[in-house]
Amino acid sequence: MQGLGQVNGATANGPLLRFAGVALERGGRLLFDTLDFELAPGEGLHVAGPNGSGKSSLIRLTAGLLRASAGDIVRAPAGLADDSLALDRELPLGRALQFWGSPMEPAMDALGISRLAHVPVRLLSSGQRKRATLARVAASGAPLWLLDEPLNALDAEGAERLARIIRAHRDAGGAVVAASHQPLHGEWRILELGR
Amino acid sequence: MIGRLIARDVRRGVTGTAWLPVAFFLLVATLMPFAIGPDAALLGRVGAGALWIAALTAALLPIERLIEPDRADGVLDQLVLSGCAEEAVAAAKIVGHWMTFAPLLLIAALPASALLGMDGRALARTELALAIGTPGLAALTVAVAAVTAGMPRAASLAGVLLFPLAVPLLIFGAAASGGGSGAPLLEAAVSLLLTAGAPFAAGAAIRAARS
Repeated sequence: MQGLGQVNGATANGPLLRFAGVALERGGRLLFDTLDFELAPGEGLHVAGPNGSGKSSLIRLTAGLLRASAGDIVRAPAGLADDSLALDRELPLGRALQFWGSPMEPAMDALGISRLAHVPVRLLSSGQRKRATLARVAASGAPLWLLDEPLNALDAEGAERLARIIRAHRDAGGAVVAASHQPLHGEWRILELGR
Repeated sequence: MIGRLIARDVRRGVTGTAWLPVAFFLLVATLMPFAIGPDAALLGRVGAGALWIAALTAALLPIERLIEPDRADGVLDQLVLSGCAEEAVAAAKIVGHWMTFAPLLLIAALPASALLGMDGRALARTELALAIGTPGLAALTVAVAAVTAGMPRAASLAGVLLFPLAVPLLIFGAAASGGGSGAPLLEAAVSLLLTAGAPFAAGAAIRAARS
């Protein structure tokens, strides 16, 4: 599991993520208002809520891909897995993942896609693609993982592998924010949106 | 990361449709004698200008695959997460686009100049002018591709946006091809300005497309 447990946080001892009075407005609609929380190393935050309550927007906001309407967000370096694949379809999976830098073998092993390394990305099923995006986050070495609907398209075995890498990451001092409308394995703090 | 991005863009361009803009360039050069007539003196005079029009339209051809596929597939998002500024990504895209497009264009200008009956000196001047102007052209194309990424009918819109902005480059480029004194320096100035400014315009456009 080398490469999975490494955490190179810029804020080694402080929280890995801090929201201070954050508000987000999308398309003239206020998704949330004065959101305050901190995520310490080892913690997991499960962002729950009905469709359209702003779970994905919260993930993209944390990633720095959206601007908050108000408030401050401070975070450690993060890795993101969402519905976008961001892998070249014509390449074999191993080479496509290699583009993103870090050594991929341990993470591909952990998610059970090592034997797909020579299969072109365009031939992968949606569950295999989901595992590939999760493997990229796992290999990134980022202390903060941002997972948007990580269980989508995963089978039971994949969900188990996901739970395992999340546990390993948190045990190594990393933190995870996961937006999901399904229950997640393990202990999570819950942030309920759309109430 | 930026080096890998350039290498990847060049690989995708070369294994993909890099020959298409060049074929288009040659096609336009071939059509000129049919449109103007076989008068060698007249063709020789308009040849350099015709090559510039051909180069401009050829640069526009791949505009839809420069930014939009990477935006739609989340590649631009992942690049931000791995710590690349949008401006750096845009600069890499410009380098990658230039590398897949300009060297082939300079080679294609050889047969094209023969088709247009240009002599050796006119050809040498045109090659120099194209070499100076293509970085600016590539930068402008990437900036326009970023501005139009995600819009419906982006390619037609991109043409409407690109051609007016390319006019200064066209004026000095064609003048440099025609042997105007001082024109290569002015062309270089315009090309430099476009190359320096385009990453910032493209980076801002990529950011704006997210919200």
